[in-house]
Amino acid sequence: MPDRPMISIENVSRYYGTYRALDDVSLEIGAGEFFSLLGPSGCGKTTLLRSIAGFDVPTAGEIRIDGTPCTLLPANRRPTNMVFQNYAIFPHLDVGENVAYGLKRLKLDAAEERRRVSDALDQVRLTGLDKRKANELSGGQRQRVALARALVMRPKVLLLDEPLSALDKKLREQMQVELRSLQKAVGITFILVTHDQYEALALSDRIAVMFGGRIAQVATPKEIYQRPRTRMVADFLGGMNFLQARLTSERSGSVSVETARFGTINLERPKGFAPTNGHVTVGIRPERLRLLWDDERAPHELVGRVENRAYFGEVTHLTIGVDGLEQPLSMVETNDYGADDLPLGAEIRLAYDPDAFVLLSEDERGARM
Amino acid sequence: MSSAAIASSPEAVKPAPGSRWMRSEEARGLAMISPTLIYALALLLVPVTLVVAYSFWTQNYLEIDRTFTFENYRQALTEPIYRDLFIRSLWISLVTSAVTVGFSYPVAWFISFHGGAHKNLWLFLVTIPCWTSYLLRVMSWKVILGYGGVLNTGLMSVGLIDEPITSLLYNANAVVITLVHSWAAFAILPIYVSLQKIDRSLIEAARDLGDGPMRAFLRVTLPLSMAGVVSAFLIVMIPTVGDYVTPKLVGGKDGVMIATAIQAQFGKGANWPLGAALSVTTMVLVSLVAAAVVLALRFAVRRIR
Amino acid sequence: MLLHRLRLLPFLPAYVAVYFLFLYLPILLLPVFSFNDAATTTLPLAGFTTKWYASLWGNTVLLQAARNSLIVGVCVALISTILGICAARAITRYRFRGQRPATGLIMAPLFLPEIIVAVSLLMIVLQMGLELSLVTVILGQVVFCIPYSMSVLVSGFEGFDRSLEEASYDLGETAIGTFRRVTLPVVAPAIVSSLLVTFTISLDEFILAFFLSGTEPTLPVYIWGQLRFAAKLPGVLALGSLMILASVVLLTVAEVMRRRAERRTQATLVP
Repeated sequence: MPDRPMISIENVSRYYGTYRALDDVSLEIGAGEFFSLLGPSGCGKTTLLRSIAGFDVPTAGEIRIDGTPCTLLPANRRPTNMVFQNYAIFPHLDVGENVAYGLKRLKLDAAEERRRVSDALDQVRLTGLDKRKANELSGGQRQRVALARALVMRPKVLLLDEPLSALDKKLREQMQVELRSLQKAVGITFILVTHDQYEALALSDRIAVMFGGRIAQVATPKEIYQRPRTRMVADFLGGMNFLQARLTSERSGSVSVETARFGTINLERPKGFAPTNGHVTVGIRPERLRLLWDDERAPHELVGRVENRAYFGEVTHLTIGVDGLEQPLSMVETNDYGADDLPLGAEIRLAYDPDAFVLLSEDERGARM
Repeated sequence: MSSAAIASSPEAVKPAPGSRWMRSEEARGLAMISPTLIYALALLLVPVTLVVAYSFWTQNYLEIDRTFTFENYRQALTEPIYRDLFIRSLWISLVTSAVTVGFSYPVAWFISFHGGAHKNLWLFLVTIPCWTSYLLRVMSWKVILGYGGVLNTGLMSVGLIDEPITSLLYNANAVVITLVHSWAAFAILPIYVSLQKIDRSLIEAARDLGDGPMRAFLRVTLPLSMAGVVSAFLIVMIPTVGDYVTPKLVGGKDGVMIATAIQAQFGKGANWPLGAALSVTTMVLVSLVAAAVVLALRFAVRRIR
Repeated sequence: MLLHRLRLLPFLPAYVAVYFLFLYLPILLLPVFSFNDAATTTLPLAGFTTKWYASLWGNTVLLQAARNSLIVGVCVALISTILGICAARAITRYRFRGQRPATGLIMAPLFLPEIIVAVSLLMIVLQMGLELSLVTVILGQVVFCIPYSMSVLVSGFEGFDRSLEEASYDLGETAIGTFRRVTLPVVAPAIVSSLLVTFTISLDEFILAFFLSGTEPTLPVYIWGQLRFAAKLPGVLALGSLMILASVVLLTVAEVMRRRAERRTQATLVP
């Protein structure tokens, strides 16, 4: 939990008729945090962002910004500013006028206004472009203008609605780096909505993963990737091998489960874990499985056959069939030793680390989709 | 910017009862449309309702008798003069719409498929004549088709005919020609729009699957543009039934349509209830014929497949 | 494939040319005969004159009718465009119950025989004991013009990106300020286009004016009165030519404006 919440969302729901876009969501976002709302389309992340911005009124619940209740406050009176998905650059104004748009309301003297506009343009590296017309800008430049226009208002919170989705891959990666350093430089809270898990992992201090109008998990990128709480979170954040297991013993801090081929595994007991009739799901990420070459040995080994192989340049994705397992295992191997040349059907040995397994809860109500 | 405002007046954010609804789309949308809607209610729905009410009343000189009666409808539907007018009006408007749509379709198709980069210019050129005064255009046709008009004198001066053709003006044909001219753009636009919406690869797919250009047109283009054809047909047919100027100026005795009779009841004849009944009957008949036409066109298209 | 194209296509451009001739012939004839030095419209042409135009100038009844048309046209254009803006914005920006029937009612004049609209308005005006005047003409023509104004404005507003307004609110602007600083400038060309189109319709509209104008004729009503007298025809042709010229100029400007509106709203989309 953040030490001082900048945004607190308390039991917020948003219904459209009987459809629940947001279903009793509670969340706290700290001052100066880079926070991401991650989920598939229709999960409610954009509705939540728009409720914070003031464009959508929750059906129930309260939103506080820096301690002040803001649920019904219109967007123009909130200390938040937004970067829109399509940037919403005013087409009838040039870059400088776009950035100065909100400042006009503050009735600053002309020199001060000019200074703030040029500072904002410097900040997003658009120095000297203030006379450009909106339709003469490239996609990346539009995004920078949108950022400058919002930051020049010195908001307490900057909201970003899928700001990178309209850019091509290369530009997107470059802007990710810039966004991160910009956030560190200005030091205010950033809330990013995205459906791209890599973007969320790369940028955020913390991530909230949402499904079906509910928050499934809130954690740091590392924790959410390595210790996903539910099967859907694990699945959404990347490849995962799921195994059915039987609960054998249960202590306060840990549990033991019995699996078909991996034997007995001791796992950390997640908060609020409640097994149903002794059957549980455990998972292990594909990259935590490793091929053993020649006479290399490992403390935990398994034998399998190559069923499928896909070459990805620096790595190869392998599908390994193991006798006694319902599903074949996926694994990712670097091509240093020739994983890309393994013939289909070849018998291999793989090593695993029992500590790499995570215990996954079944998805509760949040899983309605 | 607004942070100061929030800090200084936290009480301002206390929600008033119902304010969640007031900020909803529904409330704003209704508020926004209400001026226009009220105007349309007051000056369109109320008057039309009054016409319907009048059609069930009777008039004795200047007194209106508000007892409910079908007498006006009996007159409107059984008296030969009105029956003939209804039949002729419907017939002329049907022929006009069929001819307009039939003549306009190729042009709409040409603009949509071969208009190149200047489609909008083509459309603009098509619409210009339709925006100029209706009255003037009808008058112009009278000048063209008249006994001593442009067509007759022109043909005589080049020696094609010896004396003026009398059958050009003052008949139903003259009415149809004039109406077709008036409504051409209104037919082209909806057809063009529906043609524009057709994904060109659908036609290529039909060709790829072995259809010739004509069969591809009949089996793909035409059915997919049917919505446009139907609305073009209706947009021409419905207003032309009640046309007043054209029959009056170029129709002569054989081209009189129902609008003249309606107008008479509000002018010299001064029998408002009968005029109202004639108006309502016109609306009902045109709706019925329109529905029949839509069904017939849909059926025709289904047969082609 | 090429053969098929060759077979079909030579006829089509020729057909389109004939079609355009049919469309334009009646409109071009009026100006031609308005300069013809004869009291009748017969071929061949008799010679060039501008006397029919000169005769318009001293005609006070006509000038009065022109003044009436101008007053009616300006009022109708303003009122129907303002009402059109409200409705077009409501249906492009919001979703609400009753939207379809409401839109249907507002657009209904497009699908009603005009004489019925005219008759029903005449009845309600007389029923309420109002005098027929230019005011009643304005009231009636507005009903008739709103659908056209709506069509122009809806297409202008539809391309308008909702997030532009949200961006403005987000930057601290009020609803009124947003309308003035963002919405209005961006859709201004569509509004100008609507004003011109409705003015043109009003200028040319006959039926409603004929039923509702009482003793103050507009130009089309005046022309209608003149048509009975064969001797007045050349004068009417001259007047008609001027009106056609006015319509074409107004519509061309309206079209240019509409396209500018389109380009402007398209500029908001990410390239």
